[in-house]
Amino acid sequence: MRIEQDVLKILLAALLLMAAIPWTAGKLSSDIFFEWPFFFEVAIGGLLAGVMYSLVALGFVLIFKASGVFNFSQGAMVLFSALTLVGLNELGVPIWLAIVFTLAIMVVLAVVIERVVLRPLVNQEHIILFMATIGITYFLDGFGQTLWGSEVKLLDLGIPNSPGLYFGGQILINDFDLVAALIAGILVISLAFFFQYTRIGRALRAVADDHQAALSIGIPLKHIWVIVWAVAGIVALVAGIMWGSKLGVQFSLALIALKALPVLILGGFTSVPGAIIGGLIIGAGEKLAEVFIAPMIGGGIEDWFAYMLALAFLVFRPQGLFGEKIIERV
Amino acid sequence: MADNDKAFLTINNIEVIYDHVILVLKGVSLEVPKGGIVALLGANGAGKSTTLKAISNLLGAERGDVTKGSIEYKGEQVHNLNPADLVKRGIVQVMEGRHCFEHLSIEENLLTGAYTRSDGRKAISDDMKLVYDYFPRLYERRSSQAGYTSGGEQQMCAIGRALMARPDMILLDEPSMGLAPQLVEEIFEIVRKLNQNEGVSILLAEQNTNIALRYSDYGYIMENGRVVMEGNAGELGENEDVKEFYLGISTEGRKSFRDVKHYRRRKRWLT
Ligand SMILES: Nc1ncnc2c1ncn2[C@@H]1O[C@H](COP(=O)(O)OP(=O)(O)OP(=O)(O)O)[C@@H](O)[C@H]1O
Ligand SMILES: [Mg+2]
Repeated sequence: MRIEQDVLKILLAALLLMAAIPWTAGKLSSDIFFEWPFFFEVAIGGLLAGVMYSLVALGFVLIFKASGVFNFSQGAMVLFSALTLVGLNELGVPIWLAIVFTLAIMVVLAVVIERVVLRPLVNQEHIILFMATIGITYFLDGFGQTLWGSEVKLLDLGIPNSPGLYFGGQILINDFDLVAALIAGILVISLAFFFQYTRIGRALRAVADDHQAALSIGIPLKHIWVIVWAVAGIVALVAGIMWGSKLGVQFSLALIALKALPVLILGGFTSVPGAIIGGLIIGAGEKLAEVFIAPMIGGGIEDWFAYMLALAFLVFRPQGLFGEKIIERV
Repeated sequence: MADNDKAFLTINNIEVIYDHVILVLKGVSLEVPKGGIVALLGANGAGKSTTLKAISNLLGAERGDVTKGSIEYKGEQVHNLNPADLVKRGIVQVMEGRHCFEHLSIEENLLTGAYTRSDGRKAISDDMKLVYDYFPRLYERRSSQAGYTSGGEQQMCAIGRALMARPDMILLDEPSMGLAPQLVEEIFEIVRKLNQNEGVSILLAEQNTNIALRYSDYGYIMENGRVVMEGNAGELGENEDVKEFYLGISTEGRKSFRDVKHYRRRKRWLT
């Protein structure tokens, strides 16, 4: 399909661009250490980390597309789901069962949010719904920590967390990152399938296109909202599991939502492939910038690189890489 | 049919208020018999669309509310039902301005129309064939993104999509909008066939008084949120006032033709 080719082209172009800078710099000055295997090692590590950003951004996009609501609480949902999972596990529930329970809890959460927050506010301005999601954020942050405590918890899924050598022993990749990327990939592909080929998926796309028309042919928006929030909750859980087992389950998980913002600006708020590709570019970009460009200008790029990139995009391509084309007929 | 003129849909003196303050319908009553085509006529802002949305209950999404009167369909009070329940009971609205799902293909658009149905894949694909029979052009464009099809094709898509819900009654809002005269004629022919062959009752809101009266059995003329005149389509077409104000012809020639043209031109900007 066309969009997939675009995705590949853009990713490739971005990578080459990122390689060009340190490579020329390496030619010019001997302070910069540049070797292709090392470059790819950093790039792959970054891409794999970017998968996480993609997952969080994906949660945003789903809800934004279906209801026009910018869901500020996506990060809080990541934290809440991870806390619940670890909490259940600590109560003695085996981890796989705990995952199933947490999935169910995220679905219930979606139902409750629709009932208690969205339904009474239906037809209100978007800004009001946005503020309501800020409320949900604080609630989830507080409630999760009250319920399960606020100390850092370990989440161990038993996925090997050791670096392995790949590509003829030249490139070092963390096995855990590979597994995480694989799981994320499977999730994304199943979501794409769900959206493209099922009756509910089609209804979701219809609502995203024109919710009045969807209403007119009897698609109940309430159900659709529950479904997207539930899907966003499930995506949050997957992100929470991955980040949580990497960094420990702690409050800072909620902050990865802040990284999703530049991802969204890059990829476009309404594009699922955009969220994925945006996450990958930002993940790879910030690692590469940190390793190869930071020494030139004195370090610490990783923290703000994503926002710089987003800013540049806002100036030159505000709809993002894949922002939905507005179909104009004349 | 035996019960041909038994009222199928009855609206009794309804009042509609938008945003809690703007009174738009000030007591509208009308009836649609089973198997009939009834036209709802009037200029911009007369309240035609509002009347249709009051029936289909799409008003809720626009902060409108039926505050008085009653709406009865197949002998049942329906004005508190949500749109999905109404679709399940057989009333579907085709909105003004078509509102196809632009990023979905024509075929996917049609399939979304069957969302509320639970009678199985077979029945749905049979109905899809039926829709393609009525609208062969949709079949040709079935895999195009709806947003890139022509205005006429989008209108057909919107009607076809509504048909996929297997309705007993279609609320058709300005199907002629922005279409070339031959195409308007073509679409009205199909609507008539649907009415005759499938027995779908139709409540039609139109500014194009001329064509609407030719294809309908009965008409209501609205002004300012009220029904000001009603009658058999043929009689309305002969009425002097209707001729003068809505058909642009009067005994002294075409004196109000410019007004008619004027509001048609404005219409494009307004919608
Ligand atoms: N959502 C809304 N909020 C407030 N007022 C509205 C709303 N929708 C319509 N109105 C007002 O209600 C009146 C009737 O509008 P309506 O759309 O029903 O007219 P219409 O007869 O369908 O006109 P047209 O031929 O232009 O479609 C107009 O004065 C319009 O301004
Ligand atoms: Mg109208």
